[in-house]
Amino acid sequence: MTGEFVIAIVKTIVAVSTLMTLAALLTWAERKQSAVMQDRIGANRAAILGFRAIGLFHIIADAIKMMTKEDFVPPFANRFIHSLAPFLAIFPAIVAFAAIPMGDTVTLFGHTVEMRLAPMNIGFLFIFAMASVTVYAIVLGGWSSNNRFAMLGAMRAAGQMISYELALGLAVVGSVMVYGTLDLMEIARAQTGLFAGFLPNWGIIYQPLGFLLLITASIAETKRAPFDIPEAESEIIGCFLEYSGMKFGMFFMAEFVTTVVVAGLVSTLYFGGYQVPYLMADGFHLPFGLFLVTPAALVPWLQFGAFWIKVVFFCWLLLTIRWTLPRFRYDQLMHLGWKILLPLALFNVAATGAWILAAA
Amino acid sequence: MLTQHRQTWLERIYLPEVLRGLSVTVHHFTRNLSLHIAHAAGLKKNVPAAVTIPYPDVPADLMPRFRGMHRLTRKANGTVACTACLCCETACPCHAIDIVPEAVDDRAIEKRPKSFEIDLSKCSFCGFCVEACPVDAIRMDTGIFDVAMDSRAGLVWGREALMGNEQGEGMEVYPPIDREDLAPRAREVSRS
Ligand code: SF4
Ligand code: SF4
Repeated sequence: MTGEFVIAIVKTIVAVSTLMTLAALLTWAERKQSAVMQDRIGANRAAILGFRAIGLFHIIADAIKMMTKEDFVPPFANRFIHSLAPFLAIFPAIVAFAAIPMGDTVTLFGHTVEMRLAPMNIGFLFIFAMASVTVYAIVLGGWSSNNRFAMLGAMRAAGQMISYELALGLAVVGSVMVYGTLDLMEIARAQTGLFAGFLPNWGIIYQPLGFLLLITASIAETKRAPFDIPEAESEIIGCFLEYSGMKFGMFFMAEFVTTVVVAGLVSTLYFGGYQVPYLMADGFHLPFGLFLVTPAALVPWLQFGAFWIKVVFFCWLLLTIRWTLPRFRYDQLMHLGWKILLPLALFNVAATGAWILAAA
Repeated sequence: MLTQHRQTWLERIYLPEVLRGLSVTVHHFTRNLSLHIAHAAGLKKNVPAAVTIPYPDVPADLMPRFRGMHRLTRKANGTVACTACLCCETACPCHAIDIVPEAVDDRAIEKRPKSFEIDLSKCSFCGFCVEACPVDAIRMDTGIFDVAMDSRAGLVWGREALMGNEQGEGMEVYPPIDREDLAPRAREVSRS
């Protein structure tokens, strides 16, 4: 019992610190990547002892700035709710990660450890439940700020997130039907082996449309461009208009943590999760009969690394999309959500059902 | 007449256009990233990976007609060329110039500025003062634009400072300029 408790704590510390480190690195990547994409240099002025480390110290500089700034609560704002909203933003983003498997089970010091924070068989529902909670953060943040613009921004943001949650939920129903489970670990396990003899047996092969729908809807869930209407800093200022210091920082971090979670979800559902292509329990089975032996003890760690590589790749992809596409107008956003994504998601469900029936 | 571009079917389904946009940005990303890496390894130094001018580290490229900080020119004998006619003060739309004239016995001069102050916190760097001056006594060709002070008082530059005779508060950047040094500090812009 104590052993399990210790394992749970160690797992949590490792996973959450990896998650937060990756999210912090994303603030750096966001600046540097956008700069490289736009032929610029990007933030590089923060230096320690004249050593600039390609702008990495800006993460520390940002953190110091956020923490030492005045924590301003507007007059006549509801102080309790105003302080609660940032926590509601970042907490669900972090705990949603608990359902995502980072690797298969390993045996450590005689204990069987599942490389996932919360062994649960309702992974999807948990993630979507947590994603829904962030709507409260936005609405409460905008409403409690005693500012009309924050309120308007929050209303728009709530409209966006609720609309896209529908498409998000329906997009994964296809995967649930294919694998017959809500357990993300089971889904990742099912993606082992090969498809048609040479392709990794990844979910994207069965659910290409589901992948497109999920990535579109989940960018909307992360509240980043082209769906950054909740923030929309250049038009109406969004729901965190009246936030400063670390409270704003928490909203800001929540975006990046959600990006990592979405990257994890997408790679788990459609890109094999922790599966390394062609790697089985005993070694690499390459096509055309090539075989490469790997020590069995190494396999789970290779898979752990593969998972994070996939996550980093999808974070990169999400940042690239964020820096490529301009923001949707609100009517375009609603049009896309309700008239395109939702019917397509329903079509995907129906087509998947028909395909399963035909295959059976 | 403005004709609206009617979107084709392919454009309206949006996805191909998204992919086209992504291919542009990803192309820039990979190209610049590999150039950055090559630069770090000491290769391909002649191909720039970014258009950024790392300004405080290298001086900014200024156009020859760039309007920078003002200066007061001198006569051949080194005294201030300004005759205190107040044309510039009158022309200034921002009331940034404050001149106190004084009479001198010299019949050739008659009048000169006792004090000549430009308040940079008001100045909009429009250049009207330069246009207005009948004797080419005020110019904006120093190429200095990075004047930042920690006090408002430091933004008021007096006669001697404008002539480059003294270093005012926060004026380390201001080089002394003499009559011969009329060539603008602004360098020719090399645009390749
Ligand atoms: S540049 Fe324009 S605003 Fe500045 S002192 Fe001259 S006339 Fe006045
Ligand atoms: S216009 Fe020229 S000469 Fe007249 S006061 Fe101004 S600087 Fe002096």
